Amino acid sequence: MNIPFRKDAKFCSFFSYSKTFLAIFIALLLSVPTLVSAQDSTAAAAGAAAPAGGGDAAKGETLFKNNCAQCHAVTDERVVGPGLKGASGRHDFAWLSKWVRNSQAVIASGDPYAVKIYNEYSKAQMTSFPNLSDDDIKGIFAYVDQAATAAPAAAAPAGGATAAAGGDAKGGAPSDLFVIVLVALVVVMVLVLGVLLVIVSLLSKAVKGETAEASESDFMTRFGNTLKKISVDPAIRSATLWIFVLLVLKATLDGAYSVGVQQGYAPKQPISFSHKLHAGEYKIDCNYCHTGVNRGKSAHIPSANICMNCHGVIKKESPEIQKIYTSIENNQPIEWVRVHNLPDLAYFNHAQHVNVGGVECQNCHGEVEKMEVIQQRSSLTMGWCIDCHRKTEVNTKDNQYYDKLVQLHASESNEALKVADIGGLECSKCHY
Amino acid sequence: MENTNKRYWRGLEELRNDEKFVKDAGSEFAGAPTENQYESLVDGAGTHRRDFLKVLGFGMAAVSLAACETPVKKAIPYVNKPEGEFPTISNWYASTYAEGGDYNSILVKTREGRPVKIESNSLSKVSFGVSSRAHASLLGLYDNEKLKGPKKGDDTKVSWEAVDKEIQDQLTQIAAKGGAIRILSSTILSPSTKAVIADFTTKYPTTTHVVYDANSSYAIVKGNELSFGKAVIPSYDFSKAKVVVSIDADFLGTWLAPDTFSSQFAETRRVSSEKGGKKEMSRLYQFESILSLTGSNADYRTAVKPSQLGLVAAALYNKVAAKLGGAPVSVASVNVPNLDKAAADLIAAKGQALVVSGINDPSVQVVVNALNSLLGSYGSSINLDKPVNYRQGNDVAMNQLVDEVKGGKVSALILWGANPVYDHPRGAELAAALPQVSLSVSFNDRPDETSSLLKYILPASHYLESWGDAEPIAGSYSLTQPAISLIFSTRQGQSSLLKWAGLASDYHEYVKAYWRKNIFPQSGTGDFEQFWVKSLHDGVFEVAAAASTGSGAAFAGNLSAAAAGIAKKYKASSTGIELAIFENVGVGNGAAANNPWLQELPDPVTKACWDNHAGLSQKTAAELGLAQGDVVKVDFKGKSVELPVIIQPGLANGTVAITIGYGREKAGKSANGVGKNIYPFATFTEGFLSFTPGEVTVAKTGETREIAQTQTHNTVMNRKSVLQETVLAHFQKDPMAGRFVPKIQTAEGEVDATDLSLWNGHKYKNHSWGMVIDLNTCFGCGSCVVSCQNENNIPVVGRQEVINSREMHWLRIDRYYSSDADVEDLRGLEIASENPEVTFQPMLCQHCNNAPCETVCPVLATTHSSEGLNQMTYNRCVGTRYCANNCPYKVRRFNWFKYFDNDNFDYNFNNDLGKMVINPDVTVRSRGVIEKCSMCVQRIQEAKLTARKERRRIVDGEVNVACASSCPTNAITFGDMNDPESRISKILEVEREGRAFHMLEEINVRPQISYLTKIRNKDAAAKPSSEKEHA
Repeated sequence: MNIPFRKDAKFCSFFSYSKTFLAIFIALLLSVPTLVSAQDSTAAAAGAAAPAGGGDAAKGETLFKNNCAQCHAVTDERVVGPGLKGASGRHDFAWLSKWVRNSQAVIASGDPYAVKIYNEYSKAQMTSFPNLSDDDIKGIFAYVDQAATAAPAAAAPAGGATAAAGGDAKGGAPSDLFVIVLVALVVVMVLVLGVLLVIVSLLSKAVKGETAEASESDFMTRFGNTLKKISVDPAIRSATLWIFVLLVLKATLDGAYSVGVQQGYAPKQPISFSHKLHAGEYKIDCNYCHTGVNRGKSAHIPSANICMNCHGVIKKESPEIQKIYTSIENNQPIEWVRVHNLPDLAYFNHAQHVNVGGVECQNCHGEVEKMEVIQQRSSLTMGWCIDCHRKTEVNTKDNQYYDKLVQLHASESNEALKVADIGGLECSKCHY
Repeated sequence: MENTNKRYWRGLEELRNDEKFVKDAGSEFAGAPTENQYESLVDGAGTHRRDFLKVLGFGMAAVSLAACETPVKKAIPYVNKPEGEFPTISNWYASTYAEGGDYNSILVKTREGRPVKIESNSLSKVSFGVSSRAHASLLGLYDNEKLKGPKKGDDTKVSWEAVDKEIQDQLTQIAAKGGAIRILSSTILSPSTKAVIADFTTKYPTTTHVVYDANSSYAIVKGNELSFGKAVIPSYDFSKAKVVVSIDADFLGTWLAPDTFSSQFAETRRVSSEKGGKKEMSRLYQFESILSLTGSNADYRTAVKPSQLGLVAAALYNKVAAKLGGAPVSVASVNVPNLDKAAADLIAAKGQALVVSGINDPSVQVVVNALNSLLGSYGSSINLDKPVNYRQGNDVAMNQLVDEVKGGKVSALILWGANPVYDHPRGAELAAALPQVSLSVSFNDRPDETSSLLKYILPASHYLESWGDAEPIAGSYSLTQPAISLIFSTRQGQSSLLKWAGLASDYHEYVKAYWRKNIFPQSGTGDFEQFWVKSLHDGVFEVAAAASTGSGAAFAGNLSAAAAGIAKKYKASSTGIELAIFENVGVGNGAAANNPWLQELPDPVTKACWDNHAGLSQKTAAELGLAQGDVVKVDFKGKSVELPVIIQPGLANGTVAITIGYGREKAGKSANGVGKNIYPFATFTEGFLSFTPGEVTVAKTGETREIAQTQTHNTVMNRKSVLQETVLAHFQKDPMAGRFVPKIQTAEGEVDATDLSLWNGHKYKNHSWGMVIDLNTCFGCGSCVVSCQNENNIPVVGRQEVINSREMHWLRIDRYYSSDADVEDLRGLEIASENPEVTFQPMLCQHCNNAPCETVCPVLATTHSSEGLNQMTYNRCVGTRYCANNCPYKVRRFNWFKYFDNDNFDYNFNNDLGKMVINPDVTVRSRGVIEKCSMCVQRIQEAKLTARKERRRIVDGEVNVACASSCPTNAITFGDMNDPESRISKILEVEREGRAFHMLEEINVRPQISYLTKIRNKDAAAKPSSEKEHA
């Protein structure tokens, strides 16, 4: 960590103004705490990775995935056996290779750690891999160490690039360089700022004709005074106040706008019906169940008799399907939780959009065929509706209703006929 | 007034410039209550600064709480989806509304298996449009005060099986002993139901079926029996009459089949500005005591006291007979205006004339028949061979039944769709005697005034849950089919009777078998199943047999006996105050009174709702020292009733007019205690029900009661060119007669006001929705108002809120009075107000192109669409009400309260069953937002979608707004003005340089709605009928 040293060295020559610069620099440093912490973690990771050095991690990955991954994780998470993170640090290679090739022998030899781990994992025997060479085993542990450090880093992308440095030397170098360059740039900026301030100060003194002594001795006082002046200046005070008020207002408004917006809403349904299975894997057309989508306002939640078209014979024994049977036997409808809720004051008609407009279901509902649990993907706010009406071209093809409108529009404009052009933004298209 | 030299006024308040009227007229939100009666924090008036903070704080807390957790909503599919039923897609069923003789062939719109709207069935040749009561009958289905199952005694619940056994045993015993069994019902239109009763009678031979009508027309039946030997009510065809004289028959409002008659009459009133187009109109004379809907639409109207009405008929007969060679009758002569003129016109129109009378007196009916016979009406405008079944009541038989019950001679009484304790003058006698009847059963749907006195109440299903059929006119049949499965444990009366008669109780199969046996043979050939399915689909079946015109009828009545009868009952002059009982258009005879839509529908003429009143003419009220709202005590032979006075111009002097249908006691929350029951005041003369019992005393009680009257709400700020009208002769010369074309002086000379505009206007590339309303064929019945209320989920606000000018109807029918007197002639005006001309004008959002509301909305909650609609976005509205202030037509309504889920408005929006009527395509508005006519945008959107799905353009007529589709006279035409083939385009093409005008054209807001000028078939030189009304 050589940065503080360099910082001090540069500052010596500007000592008379050091306080000013110190203040500014501290502020700058505070603003880049992530950079500093990233540096620290880089160093730690590099240190930890050292003992396993020399293995071919790429080869190790293949071997690990084929032989070990069923029972071991690269992290310290328990799967069947213990997580392998840090294993190469706990034992020397000889112990490790013995264990991998024949763990029962190690246990039988009375190795205390081996006995302890055997008992801890309910005396489950680990498969022996006598065919693995020393290089293979080294490679596997090299991969484990590399992956173990990469996994937590993936969650924090800011540090991720540098954290991966451990096993692979090539990965760390550019990141370090980047940080160094960045810090250097900051330092240069600070220097330039300092020089500029000196020039400004000297020039203003020259203009005012003040003596050098006065100016030199009074810099901090003047700086303090300036700060005081600034703090009592009503303009600045009110500006600060206003900025604060406006920020609070914006936060409130943003909050208010999100009231009732249920984007991402994916409640648990009474039957764990999977759209992924039905619409995705079996590619059943949306219309098959949602029979109203081309006819009217509602797309219709299918009635139980539609389910029975297939489930009369398929998968009858499944407890989820049995719920449908119970519903039919008791003549009690299935009470699904409604996911897409529009307020009463907004009128939306599926037929207009799907039948007439030719809009795909996924446009508004997202990739339903990939959803295990149905989820509200769009915000369903008025802004979202309007935005689409502005952008979407009217599906006028083969529809006599629009013929005259298309003609009129073509005579007036070169743009495509958008929904907004035929009154798609008018209030009483949706509110009445 | 610039355009017509008339002064229009909506009420005496306006004519007199009452302080309250002037104050209210200037403010948009008149009549805010001074006290904070609902104790609401944000009630408008009386809100404090601290309240504001409380509400603000609470609001923030509520928002943050709401943000915490989103409520889980369920999506519940069918277990087994019925075939043909798709959620969110409506299904339509043809059916029939036939209640107590009111008839409409209808289509029922259902959503997710529940009826949500009633529309007219255009395949019917008998019924046109949908009456307000038929519309409102839908709400009757969702009335949660109906019985939910059979009931014994007063409150024991029983099972159907137990009840059947008990009743069957008792019936058998009674029949074995020869005890009298009586079935008492109102008019039944269903031929198969009559067959059921016949089957029941076969099993229990001591059964007699007695029919009575609360508002009886039995004298017409009797009159025809006396005149032609046919005890029927003939069918009338107003479309064939050039001159119509009506003597107290409100055929456009309440008499027999008003929708059918309105439709026929409208055909004779429709004119066209087209060169060579129809420029002839029928002429209507009305002689009546009250100002009825028909009188309001008459060209010449004469107010006559009830005690003189019979003499008018006789005098008219004498005048016509003198010219056409009939034998004169000798009665006291009566001198009322317009009588000579009417006679002359009738004679001139011989063969194309029609005289009708609603007086329930066979003597008068015989004279009217003789008059029609002289005029050659039989075979043209009257058809005796095609009788109508709308009223089958027999007053004499009913009186006999009351006597029998009183005498303890009736062992079993089955009550079916009738409520005589309430609506029969002898109801009190019956109520006292009913407990003596050993077996008494009611099929009524609730424990009403009569049913609650009976031993069993076995509620019959609502007609929308039932099977059935109807034969409104001989040879015209229609079917009723269920549009919803049974809501409660109810059973059709027919099934009950069949079961007790030991027959198969499935009435559906019975109707089908009846049609197979009796009606299918009349259809010619084919397969019965096909015929049945087609009839069910169409809802109607007309026998194609060559219709006889009934021309063979020869009058054979005894005129002198009739004259003697008239002479005995009527007198040429009377000084006392006479009572005139009448039926109003909305609530009707009171059977469906527990219906908030009907209660809130303003009477077309008085514009009052939620009450009945003692109507008095201005002169009579002044003589008695009474003002509007004074509660008076009306005394008649020991009976008395206390009602607030309503001053009704046009009412005969010396007459007090009171409507039936109010004062229910056991109907339900909406009807109980609303108004007073006047039925007990009706009398019987020679066995015939008379709604003109004679002289009463009217005395001030000193109390006052505010009247919920909408006539002066929402004024147009004294602007002038609201109405435009002319007389036929002027129109024939110039189609633009009566039109007011506002001009403006500019530097370049005089231009039309509409030529100048600040705005660029709108381009309608696709559709341009608009409406044309023909003031000549709008008779003001108000069925469109109820239709709109149903379609658009308009809340009911109740009496107090109507008084506060806060009614919510998007569509109102403005009723204007006017007289021909010069505007400056104050004396003339004063006299004319005794019998003013009346004009009806449906008023709804005009969908202005230069909309004043749009420019003032600070949040763009009201904007203009690219199809000519003025859009109202509730979720954007913050309730500034600027738009309502700036609306020149006063058609915007503010939600002062959350009318649903609010106990203060305990109507259909406040219980789960009542909410089933809500149209799922229209938002239910919350508190604090403005709403107004959307031109049924939900229907437009639906029709457009259907067209797009089928890859075609919209066809004219495919989409129709709720008001237009309900109109029996097609006075409202809705359509796409961009489509040159549409009806509206064709009308406007002809009328643009003719009768079509925009309301308040001078303010140049360019509405999408045009009106066609009102044309009266009066003589061109018509002078105000300022003569004294009667001698």
